[in-house]
Amino acid sequence: MTDKVNESRRNLLIATSAVGAIGVGFAAVPFIKSWMPSERAKAAGGLVKANVSKLESGQKLQVKWRGQPIFIVKRDKVLLDTLPELDGRLKDPKSEDSIQPEFAKNLHRSQKEELLVMVGICTHLGCSPKVYPEIVPQAFDADWKGGFFCPCHGSTFDISGRVFKGSPAGTNMVIPPYVYVDENNLIIGTDKLEGGA
Amino acid sequence: MASNEVKTTGLLGWFDKRLPVTSMWNDHMAKYYAPKNFNFWYFFGSLALLVLVNQLLTGVWLTMHYKPDAAQAFGLVEYIMRDVPWGWLIRYLHTTGASAFFVVVYLHMFRGLMYGSYKKPRELIWTFGMIIYVALMAEAFMGYVLPWGNMSFWGAKVITQLFGTIPYIGDTLLEGIRGDYNISDATLNRFFALHVVAVPIVLLILVFLHIAALHSVGSNNPDGIEIKKNKDENGIPKDGIPFHPYYSVKDIFGIGMFLIIFLGIVFLKPDMGGLFLEHDNFNIANPGSTPEHIKPVWYFTPFFAILKVVPNPFGGMIVMFSAIIALFLLPWVDRSEVKSIRYRLMPFKLALTAFVTSFVVLGYLGMVSWGAGEKLLAQVLTGVYFLYFVFLFVYTKNEKHKPIPERLTH
Repeated sequence: MTDKVNESRRNLLIATSAVGAIGVGFAAVPFIKSWMPSERAKAAGGLVKANVSKLESGQKLQVKWRGQPIFIVKRDKVLLDTLPELDGRLKDPKSEDSIQPEFAKNLHRSQKEELLVMVGICTHLGCSPKVYPEIVPQAFDADWKGGFFCPCHGSTFDISGRVFKGSPAGTNMVIPPYVYVDENNLIIGTDKLEGGA
Repeated sequence: MASNEVKTTGLLGWFDKRLPVTSMWNDHMAKYYAPKNFNFWYFFGSLALLVLVNQLLTGVWLTMHYKPDAAQAFGLVEYIMRDVPWGWLIRYLHTTGASAFFVVVYLHMFRGLMYGSYKKPRELIWTFGMIIYVALMAEAFMGYVLPWGNMSFWGAKVITQLFGTIPYIGDTLLEGIRGDYNISDATLNRFFALHVVAVPIVLLILVFLHIAALHSVGSNNPDGIEIKKNKDENGIPKDGIPFHPYYSVKDIFGIGMFLIIFLGIVFLKPDMGGLFLEHDNFNIANPGSTPEHIKPVWYFTPFFAILKVVPNPFGGMIVMFSAIIALFLLPWVDRSEVKSIRYRLMPFKLALTAFVTSFVVLGYLGMVSWGAGEKLLAQVLTGVYFLYFVFLFVYTKNEKHKPIPERLTH
């Protein structure tokens, strides 16, 4: 053998390696995709119904959607009237940086003013805040106008789930997609009625 | 290295012709020359190995009675504790072993910081060691989820949530890690597979590489002097002694002392007052009820405190991972020509003290709930933590030091 490089063999080697690398890439796909939620998990993550006929103001109904608590909170005029005055104390009063369906990007963050439907998970690190609907001074806020308080790291939210300044949470609480079937029944998980549950 | 020729006969000879048993024994034990001045801090490498064996052994036994099923897992851990013969002992050896692993590894790493064991030519040993440390954190985190207590659930939720904060790919990544839209049976199942099969294999390979690299360049020592620079006519380091029997005997003494403390905890205080086994984890996982105060087990709390210092979760994650990456870079951050703290001056000693203090106090802060004072303190200490690396890089450019001796001192 001489020291001369056999160019055609080297090219074949490179081509073989390249094809092999592409093959490995394709072979990796099922192994990576297998980590994603299964069909059963997807089906279980489907739509959830809720009946809100028995809710009184300040009361919370909790249902589960995709393993997350969904808070449905009824608010009377007194609570709703607190909302416009809070802008200066909020991080994102107009919900510009927060997650919600288009229909909930408003002051009351809901489809019907009096009913708040919200994912009950703090946008900080995923704890579940508690509702404090009374307009009374609280240990965590002397000027409390009603809202949600997260016991884990002390984030506070108003009764529309908008986050107060000084909270570890950066954005407002998440509003899931939902749709009203009739006056008192709603479906969580979609914002369209057709083809629903 | 002395002559590699091995003249053995009989059964050993038969093996030596087919597998170099005798020369392997010589290379790594009987003729592996280690510096003669190892002190207390040199117990922790062999102790880490001991704890690893403990975890593997007790872990295998635990899998005989456990099922990674969200409906059964919590009850099966109770079953192991109450009904399985000696199950309580095997589980407490495993849970206490997890904490002991980190105690030993943190002391082992501190030794490296003191004596400059990460410095040239041992950069690769340090790098493998750091990867072991990260793999160990993943292993411990996933292991903590398996009992399916409420802190398992919420701890897993908060930590996996971190990956969900990554822009653009976060949501998909989060679903990929959890295998569901929340922490669920699917998550428990895959964490079991990783905890019991995948990560232990990786750990064993890494430990092999860590020791292989160590035995290739030789051990550092409290003086930070290369003993291979001073060899006698047979090529044996003058300041070296064979690992076996000298250090095998020393390590056995260390193991005895360690076992007294370790088993004392296993028998008398296995939950360590909520430090090793958190009280909230004695309740079953409940997605609808958040524990009053979510915190990781003690060995993660310094990084948890660093995470909480930054208000933005994604930013917090970046800073937290930077705190770990900074450790990886130590061999190149420290540009000094001296290794050991013995021959370095006060500025280095003060800086190392400040660094270790910040880490320990951050560890405490990561366990408690914060007011304004704690938050400020955590911010300052996070600054101290990172400043150590900046200081070291600048200071070691032209570091003044005490004269380094030619040979080991006693």
